[in-house]
Amino acid sequence: MITAQNLKLTGYKRPDGRYGIRNHVIILPVDDISNAAAEGVAALIKGTMALPHAYGRLQFGEDLELTFRTLAGIGRNANIAAAVVIGIEPKWTERIVKEIKKTGKPVAGFSIERHGDLRTIEMASRKAMEFVQYATELRREPFPVKKLCMSTKCGESDTTTGLASCPTVGRSFERLLKGGATLIFGETSELTGGEDIIESRCVSPKVKEEFRCVFDDYTNLIKSQGVDLLGSQPTEGNIRGGLTTIEEKAMGNIQKIGRCKVNSVLAPAVEPKGPGLHFMDSSSAAAEMVTLCGAAGSVVHFFPTGQGNVIGNPMVPVIKLSGNPLTVETMSEHIDVDVTGILRMEMNLDQAADEALKVLERTVNGRLTAAEALRHDEFVLTKLYRSA
Amino acid sequence: MKHGILLHEPQDDVGVAVVDLKKGATVGALTLEGKAAGKVKLLNHVPLGHKVAMRELAKDKQVIKYGRPAGKAIAPIARGAHVHTHNVKTLRWSL
Repeated sequence: MITAQNLKLTGYKRPDGRYGIRNHVIILPVDDISNAAAEGVAALIKGTMALPHAYGRLQFGEDLELTFRTLAGIGRNANIAAAVVIGIEPKWTERIVKEIKKTGKPVAGFSIERHGDLRTIEMASRKAMEFVQYATELRREPFPVKKLCMSTKCGESDTTTGLASCPTVGRSFERLLKGGATLIFGETSELTGGEDIIESRCVSPKVKEEFRCVFDDYTNLIKSQGVDLLGSQPTEGNIRGGLTTIEEKAMGNIQKIGRCKVNSVLAPAVEPKGPGLHFMDSSSAAAEMVTLCGAAGSVVHFFPTGQGNVIGNPMVPVIKLSGNPLTVETMSEHIDVDVTGILRMEMNLDQAADEALKVLERTVNGRLTAAEALRHDEFVLTKLYRSA
Repeated sequence: MKHGILLHEPQDDVGVAVVDLKKGATVGALTLEGKAAGKVKLLNHVPLGHKVAMRELAKDKQVIKYGRPAGKAIAPIARGAHVHTHNVKTLRWSL
């Protein structure tokens, strides 16, 4: 059996003591109108990656704070060796630079006003080149499971995710937890019908109360809109795969945490304070959720899928697990871990977890996941409400 | 493969078809631990991943899966019938 102790992991040690499993130099736009300059730098300097996105202008309140926290969190993520931040004006740009700088990694900010795109691209490219040359000299070193921060979220679920791929992650998480890993799950809406189980797993009455508050806030938001989610939960893909109700879907979803206890409740894109399993309030939309996990420090992600969600993320390698034989046959290029043997009773959960952990080890050590190789670079910010 | 249906818990009302199941076929069910959970004659075609009623379910009865209510029957459901959105509805979000 593969345990946390016999996993041989290597990664890049960052100045804050965290370990990354990738070594990206990112060009991070603060706002939508700085995407062009960021992409200009990435086109010029080999080994850099621009992360264009749709927001960052005229947001306010909690929604603005979440955008700041997400962008800064991505820069802080240990998979990032260094970051160039580009915004339209200096003040918000510096706010993100300052948060990333706290990790001790190289970061620099540039703003476009009073320079124009072309001069900004030139200045930022010179810095990006310096960062790439710094990053390419860094070397992997061994690190223990207790230094691993990872996340999970499933997508295009069906009944096979509840039978096979989600419990495989659950069993794997139980072993990683024993090794002292930091683990993140979330998907507030998709716990509906199983929220009592999450409550019963909370380590203390305080954590239980915090979870209940987050769940009730979400339920009240739905009610305040005068709608229910019957049209979107389960999704059409879920229904095609045989899931009939949200509570059936939630029970499958919850299998991902196995028998682990929940140590804390986090707001979206907030970094966990220590090891253990943490619940992060988050959307269940795949690209948003994985981006939030990345902002919270996750360096690799287990993604069980039934019908075949193809999502990936530019910073966080996404490992796909599937127990659906039709999906594994027709979409094989997207699946990293085949657990269809569980449905045939040819594989038990412990054997499936061994397979998942072997692929996790190889992914951590540098092997590209299917989503990475297929350029699935979905970087999606969570928007809480409309801008001013 | 001797089984065509898997059950999360031995007493669940519904099991999951792990291959495409044909109407009229008699199919064996197993629990996840591999214990035999009886056979059922299919009244409908049931595609891979969809559910089969392991017992007769009256209208308005809660439908048990994972050993817990997963919805309620909105029509009478016969043993061996396909169970999905046409005959089961969520217990949540009833406005």
